[in-house]
Amino acid sequence: MYFSHIKDTSTLWPTRSAPEVTRRQFLKLTTLAGSGLTLGALLPGCGSGPGSSGAAVGPPAPLTMTFLRIDPDNTVTVISKHLEAGQGVWTGLPAIVAEELDASWEQMRVESAPAKVPVYGNFAFDPKGSVQGTGGSSSVANSWDQLRHAGATARAMLVEAAAAQWKVPAGEITVSDGVVSHPGSGKKATFGELAGSAAKLWVPTDVQLKDPSQFKLIGREKLPRLDSRAKSTGKQQFAIDVMLPGMMTAVVMRPPRFGGKVASFDATKAKAVAGVVDVVQIPRGVAVVAEDMWSAKKGREALHVTWDESGAEKRGTEQLMKEYKRLGRQSEAVSVAKVGDAEAGLKHAAKLIDAEFEFPYLAHAPMEPLTAVCQLSPEKCEIWAGCQLHTVDQMNAATAVGLKPEQVVINTLAAGGTFGRRANPESDYIAEVASIAKATGAKYPVRLIWTREDDITGGRYRPLNYHHVTAGVGKDGRLVGYKQRVVGQSLVAGTPFAAMIKNGVDPTAVEGNAAEEYDLDNVHVTWSQPKVGVPVLWWRSVGHTHMAFSKEVVIDELAQAAGQDPVAFRLALLQKHPRHVAALKLAAEKAGWSKPFPKEKGRGRGVAVHQSFGTVVAQVAEVTVTGDKITVDRVVCAVECGIAVTPDVIRAQMQSGIGYGLSAALRGKITLTDGRVDQTNFHQYEVLRINEMPRVIEVYIVPSTNPPSGVGEPGTPPIAPAVANAVRAATGIKLRKLPFDLAAARSARA
Amino acid sequence: MPIRLTVNNQLHELVVDPDMPLLWAIRDHLQLTGTKFGCGMALCGACTVHIDGQATRSCVTPVSAVEGKSVTTIEGLSTSAGKAVQDAWVNLDVPQCGYCQSGQIMSASALLASNPKPTDSDIDAAMTGNICRCATYVRIRSAIHKAAESLATSPPAKS
Ligand code: FES
Ligand code: FES
Repeated sequence: MYFSHIKDTSTLWPTRSAPEVTRRQFLKLTTLAGSGLTLGALLPGCGSGPGSSGAAVGPPAPLTMTFLRIDPDNTVTVISKHLEAGQGVWTGLPAIVAEELDASWEQMRVESAPAKVPVYGNFAFDPKGSVQGTGGSSSVANSWDQLRHAGATARAMLVEAAAAQWKVPAGEITVSDGVVSHPGSGKKATFGELAGSAAKLWVPTDVQLKDPSQFKLIGREKLPRLDSRAKSTGKQQFAIDVMLPGMMTAVVMRPPRFGGKVASFDATKAKAVAGVVDVVQIPRGVAVVAEDMWSAKKGREALHVTWDESGAEKRGTEQLMKEYKRLGRQSEAVSVAKVGDAEAGLKHAAKLIDAEFEFPYLAHAPMEPLTAVCQLSPEKCEIWAGCQLHTVDQMNAATAVGLKPEQVVINTLAAGGTFGRRANPESDYIAEVASIAKATGAKYPVRLIWTREDDITGGRYRPLNYHHVTAGVGKDGRLVGYKQRVVGQSLVAGTPFAAMIKNGVDPTAVEGNAAEEYDLDNVHVTWSQPKVGVPVLWWRSVGHTHMAFSKEVVIDELAQAAGQDPVAFRLALLQKHPRHVAALKLAAEKAGWSKPFPKEKGRGRGVAVHQSFGTVVAQVAEVTVTGDKITVDRVVCAVECGIAVTPDVIRAQMQSGIGYGLSAALRGKITLTDGRVDQTNFHQYEVLRINEMPRVIEVYIVPSTNPPSGVGEPGTPPIAPAVANAVRAATGIKLRKLPFDLAAARSARA
Repeated sequence: MPIRLTVNNQLHELVVDPDMPLLWAIRDHLQLTGTKFGCGMALCGACTVHIDGQATRSCVTPVSAVEGKSVTTIEGLSTSAGKAVQDAWVNLDVPQCGYCQSGQIMSASALLASNPKPTDSDIDAAMTGNICRCATYVRIRSAIHKAAESLATSPPAKS
């Protein structure tokens, strides 16, 4: 999602003490720094150094490395530096390790890494790995080399241990499906049997990686997810399930308008509620702490807070959109992308499209509301949460309690969804729980739960956006000019990530624009950044959520204006984008695009293609429009994501991205009246349910030898424009405002 | 007066506010955390349990209302329909984040117990109350059909 734009984060973070790397490890790191080897494979747990390689059979012991552990019980546990929030990293990362290790899939396990940089830093965020976190659909991409080396290194050590034990040349030993064998002598051993002696070996640094043609697990059609059983039996533990002895539960009363502050509060009635143990003020509001969730909620209902709203945002979304439109007409804006001369090109337009688009604020609404547990002592602040941005969370928790970031210990649990919500610059829910622990004198471990109302009204939304596009085709049907103004809040201005803003442009606000995605002669994209007090955040696919929509709808309308087929029109503009071409052609072929779509009343077919986070996705949507109701019957999706590590997870992510994007297209909207959020729970912030999910979603993966790129987000951007294009094909109605409102669009046309 | 609660065939006596939703009683007081909190307003289905076999939203069911009734949570799901649903879920790798899935499975197994061969519209009717933000809906639908098939070919339910 986000930091792919950061090239050097050294300026982003307050200086802090060096990470714990022992001198020996440090020497190895520095020596290898230039060799292209990542450090993942290089940190053994208990190696005794050179000279011990005549490994004798010792008592059973594990082989512990940075990214994996082989236990005497013959399990291989991958240490995941990435958060599992549904996207399947707990399957994808083990698959990479298991492949190079030649493990059997049945022996693979996974657990979360501790918070520690740079060892567990994300190298897609910045090359130094100074931030640990999950996002930007980067998990597999930034772990690929690292985990292949980790697996290959462990394999080499097991082989060497076996060679020493059996007194045979290492070169004669084979490893397959979790068994180490010496065919000549018939000797065999499991990983678990060899782990203890392998752990005593010096770690090799020159391991050979497999040629991709040798892959057995990577690319296997159906590699079962490692977490399906736990998640189908209620056994998977989430932060909300953490139970510590003596733990209390807290809820927080927050200001009704963004930017409000506590003026005063009266806790008398709240404290009288049975089970309530403490009522404390924290920087973001007033916390009610109780023996259980029900008492905490009742306590909060009885709490009286007076708010200071002098600095609060009091505008509503209607007013904001009016101001955005006014800003969109002003000449001042920053230039985001400029190729040729759009103004001059548009003078040659035979047909002109002039289109305004409106996008609402959107809440992420992950199914598990934000939850975190904190146990505080004078030297340590221990957190349990579905952490997505560990390094930032450590800093914010440390600030809240007055400790150093390295004194914040994070236990990362599976997250019940995130879609970006858990990764935020102020670590809102983590900072809150730490503040509550501090304010209550660290008397007990405390669990903070946001209710759904807290979540929906709590801000950090996908920003409200207004786009104005003017584009045209010449007499010959060629696209002569494309001009776009974007008006929307910056995601990073005023946060520690502000360094991502270059030349006045926040890339996360305008990514995936027409200049990046198509070969256009004349294009100009500009951006105006309104100052609004509503906190915003990256939301599954970030800027692409709105940029893909206007681009793909306008391109489609231009194709129609030029009298050309929408797929052919796009292909002609994608000659320098071979991966777009591959995805688009595959989706079109599988959807039967070359055959005319049956001319039935209310039925239509539409297409969209978009690249985000290094992955290209093309989708063809088939819809039925009945009255004012849109039913998406079938979606054909093609994805180019490099080497497909776990194809079934990729398919699942495409289905998920489509459902998430469709939810926003058909229903999602957060509105404000006089600065107050109008929606509170799922009856008002409506989301897609099973009855509206397309019955048929077909996902095809473009065969590719490129290194793997992400799949958590790229399935989302194309679906809304594909559906809008299908509805236009079916009815002629242009949907340019989200969520779709056919009745309104119809009457606007009349 | 303690409230007498039968959960997964075990009798518990709880001294709690009689208005406390069953959800928080089983999570916070019985430490059965497989049942999830998602909305607290009967809008999402994450908290679905069986009360005398009926799929019920525990977040809006006061604990006092289930005295004398039999509550089954995901931890105690042992009917043949329940097992078939869980196996189909694992087989098709339905879960993503997994947070909604206890509720989905409780709704799906109640559906199959009363309707062993549901149509797509039966599935819509029974499952529309269960939100999945990861949108695993396509696989949920397939898994319900698959579980129905496996029930049809295996010995009759003991339930
Ligand atoms: S938590 Fe009960 S229906 Fe949502
Ligand atoms: S699997 Fe994540 S909400 Fe359903």
